[in-house]
Parts: sequence; structure tokens; C-alpha cells
Amino acid sequence: MKRFSWFNTTSLTLGFAFLYLPMFILIVYSFNASKLVTVWAGFSTKWYGELIQNEAFLDAALVTIKVGIVSSTLATILGTLAAYALIRAGRFWGRTLFSGMIYAPLVMPEVITGLSLLLLFIGVGLDRGILTIILAHTTFSMCYVSVVVSSRLSTFDMSLEEAAMDLGANAFEAFRLVTLPIISPAIISGWLLAFTLSLDDLVIASFASGPAATTLPIKIFSSVRLGVSPEINALSTIMIGMVTFGVITASLISKRAAVQLKLEKQTRYHKI
Amino acid sequence: MKRFVLISIPYLWLLALFLVPFSIVFKISLSDIALSIPPYLPQLELSTGWTGIKKFFSDLDFENFIFLTTDKLYYKAYLSSLKIAIIATFLTLLLGYPIAYAITRASKEWRPTFLLLVILPFWTSFLIRVYAWIGILGQEGYLNQVLLFTGLTTEPLIILNTPIAVYIGIVYTYLPFMVLPIYATLEKLDDSLLEAAEDLGCSHFTAFWLVTFPLSRGGVIAGCFLVFIPTLGEFVIPSLLGGSNTLMIGKVLWDEFFSNRDWPLASTVAIILLLILIIPIVLFQRNEQKEREADR
Repeated sequence: MKRFSWFNTTSLTLGFAFLYLPMFILIVYSFNASKLVTVWAGFSTKWYGELIQNEAFLDAALVTIKVGIVSSTLATILGTLAAYALIRAGRFWGRTLFSGMIYAPLVMPEVITGLSLLLLFIGVGLDRGILTIILAHTTFSMCYVSVVVSSRLSTFDMSLEEAAMDLGANAFEAFRLVTLPIISPAIISGWLLAFTLSLDDLVIASFASGPAATTLPIKIFSSVRLGVSPEINALSTIMIGMVTFGVITASLISKRAAVQLKLEKQTRYHKI
Repeated sequence: MKRFVLISIPYLWLLALFLVPFSIVFKISLSDIALSIPPYLPQLELSTGWTGIKKFFSDLDFENFIFLTTDKLYYKAYLSSLKIAIIATFLTLLLGYPIAYAITRASKEWRPTFLLLVILPFWTSFLIRVYAWIGILGQEGYLNQVLLFTGLTTEPLIILNTPIAVYIGIVYTYLPFMVLPIYATLEKLDDSLLEAAEDLGCSHFTAFWLVTFPLSRGGVIAGCFLVFIPTLGEFVIPSLLGGSNTLMIGKVLWDEFFSNRDWPLASTVAIILLLILIIPIVLFQRNEQKEREADR
């Protein structure tokens, strides 16, 4: 057993306090009755009520969710195809350019990605709105998906697919029945990553959107620029709550799956 | 044939929505600002045939690039972005390393929980995490309230709208990117090496400094680049926490485009930012490759 020294305890305590205290304060003050955000005036949920009645926020939230679902689904399909092309398709014309285009958006500053897409949309005369935000989000998040999926594909045992084909499956059946179930956790986490990136994105959406469509981050950014507001605190609390719930559920499910697997293996072992 | 379709769908998508837009940025960076729609010249007019194409290319020049080197604002902005990114990366390392180290020292049952606690903020909105600090750091913010109440200071500290607030914002939002790669290398570390060092007379601290730290170098380098690269072009943090006193190139580009509507100059700023970023990106790739080879 390793010693857990006071130094380690302090760094973990301070580190997690630093990470969580700001969000904790935000949550506490979202229940503040006062309009003055820095003065505590008793418990109240009135800001949540005002938030629900604020149509501009609700509209923006709806647009954000629509964009998130469509773009992350497209990004997952394109990203999985791209990962397949990178890992399994062997050599093809322009492969270096292709892998460059997959990795470049990951390190490209958002302002540049946004600027370049906006100039494209103007160049081809596409009106900016939901469609252009979806195109923009799909493009950068498909690269994240393909990185996640290709790291799973590269450790995938090819002989499994070969065995399926030896047993009479065609290439597509082998993919659908053997490969897809094995890489599906990576595809699901790719989708989740793409969805979160899309919900979160301010800079690229600001370039790609027009007056016709506003996403939640754009809305939050423009009101936050004027300072702290209790409504935004309430909104933040809701978003933090949803994410925390999602992440904890996901980790519990994967933990249970791991335990299940372990149990199955043990019983099988005993049978033998 | 199927293989061709499979490759060409994502390929064409990226060509159309990554490479083409990027070439447009490059082309516009060589153009001049003009009072037209779109607001730059020259524009390719295919209707005039070959002479139109020739005129188009002869009108492109590097004037904007020369302008950027002569105007002080821009290279000051590049330098100050570099400075902020370097200092912030160092501060993140200073805070992130002990956290990563402490997690590897924790018992096996606790490690996944601690890791989850590090990753969780990454999934919550970036914008909200930056926003949370506005209320804390402001003149009448929570931090100043505590400091004044306890009598640690008599005057409120001015932190918001200064570079210090930007450092805090960067360290806060990018901390997971530093902790995770360092944790990954520290976790693989063989404890018997440390025991050997201590058997040979090293103190706890020298054993750490001579054995653990050098062996975690790959993770440290990876973490530093993962913080440094996105920080250099950062827009949200300096514009929410930095005020008008903090000059960062991402903000300059934004203002040049949206406020001044000088598209050619904004494009030039973008191209030069990318040229600067190529160096750390290449170094980062090399480090990753080395790590992968070491793993084998």
C-alpha cells in the first residue's frame, strides 16, 4: 500500500476546490432572490420562472438542440467512414492530404475555421441560418469522431472479419455483424463528443449563423458581455445539472457493464 | 467500386468544407479592401475571359502582409498572445502535475472517481465555466467580498479585465487537458524504480526529481501543447475576462472582421497565426510519435 501523503491530499483538495467552487457558487446564486447578483437576499426560484418565459432563450435552445442532433449524427456517419478509409482502405490517391484534413481542424483556431467557412458560404451565396451552422459543426466534429473511431479500429483484430467472410458473410455483412458491434462504443462516444462540441460552440456558430438563427451560446455570450445576470445563472445551473446527470449515468452504466462482463467470465471459468 | 464511394464521401466533404474555404481565406488575404459586395477586390470575372483571369491574378499581392509587419498593433498582439499562452501553459502545468501525480498515488478504487471529477468539467459548457469567473473576480465579486470581509485587503483588488483574469480563465478551462496526458504516463510508471532509487539513498524528493519527473516528460510535453495550441488563438476567454487591456490575436481577428469589416486584413491575420502555429503542431506530432514508439 502506497502512502497517501499530506502533499497529495492538499493538491487534490485544492485542485478540486479550484475546479468545482466556481460552478458551486454559480449554482447557489442562481437561487438568489436579489437582482443584484453579488448580494444574497434569500432563497428564490423566480429566475427559473423568468427563464422559462423568456422566448428568445427557448428559441435559441431549440435551434441549438436541432443543430446538435443533426450535425452530430452526420458527423458520426462521415467520421466513421473517414476512420474506415484511414485505417482499413490501404493506400489511395491523396491519402496524406486526407489525413491532413482530418487532423488539421483539431488544432485549427476556431476563429480561423469560422472565418473560412463564412467566406465560403458568402462565396457560394448560401444564406446563413440553421443549415450553415449544421454544415460548419458537422465539418469540425466529424474530425473528432474519426479520431475516436480510428483509435478503436486500429486495435481491432482483422482476423475476426476474415473469419466471418470465410463463413460466408459478404463484406457488408461482416462489417454489420462483426465490426460494427465491436466498434459501436467508440461510435457512441464519438457521437456524444460531437453533440457536446456542437452544444458548446460559440465562435464557429457566430461566424456561420445569420440573423435568422441564434444558438444558445451566442445568446448567452451577448448577454454575458454586459455582466453577470441571474437568469444566466439559472440557465447555467440547468445545463450543469444535465451534464452531470448524463456523465454520471454513462459512467455507472459502463461500470455495471464491466462488472457484468467480469461475472460472466468468472462463471464461464467455473463451468470449465 | 464500393471502396471508392466509401472514401470519396468524407473526402469530398472535407475538400469542399475545409480545403476550399481555407484557399478562399488565403486568396482574400492577398486582396485589397474595397467598398463593394463582398467588400474586397479583385473579384474573378470569368465573363471577360482570359484577360479577366490575368487581371485577377495580377491584382493579388502581399500588401496586407507587409502592412501587418509595419503596424505595431498586430505584432504586439501576436507577441502578447504568445506571452499569455506560454505563461498560462506553465501555470496549468504547475497546478495540473500535482493533481495528476496525486491521482496515481490514490488507491485503485478511488482513481476512476478522481478521473471522472477531472473530466466532468470538460463536458460542461466552456462558455459557462468562463462566465462563472466574471462573478468571482469582479470589483464587487465574491472574491473581493471575502477578502474585504476577512480584512486581508482594505481595497478591492482589480482582477477582472486584466491579464491575470485571463490566466485564471485559461488554467481553469484547460486543466483537464494537462492532467489527463500526465496521468497517462505516470500511471504506467514502474514503482520498483522509485523503490530502487530510495534503496540507493535518494530522498523522496530527489527520487521524484531524478526518476519520476524525467519519465513523465512525454505526458508533460503533450499536456503543454494541448494547452498552448488552442490558447494561442483563444477568443472567448480574453473577450469575457480580459477587457480592453488584454491584446490577443483571436480577438483582433474577430474585431477586424466584425467591427472594421476589413476581410482581407482579417484573413491575413489568420494566415500568419496559422504559420506561427505550425511550429508547435509539428513538435507536438513528433512527441506523440515518440511516445507511441516508446509504448511498443
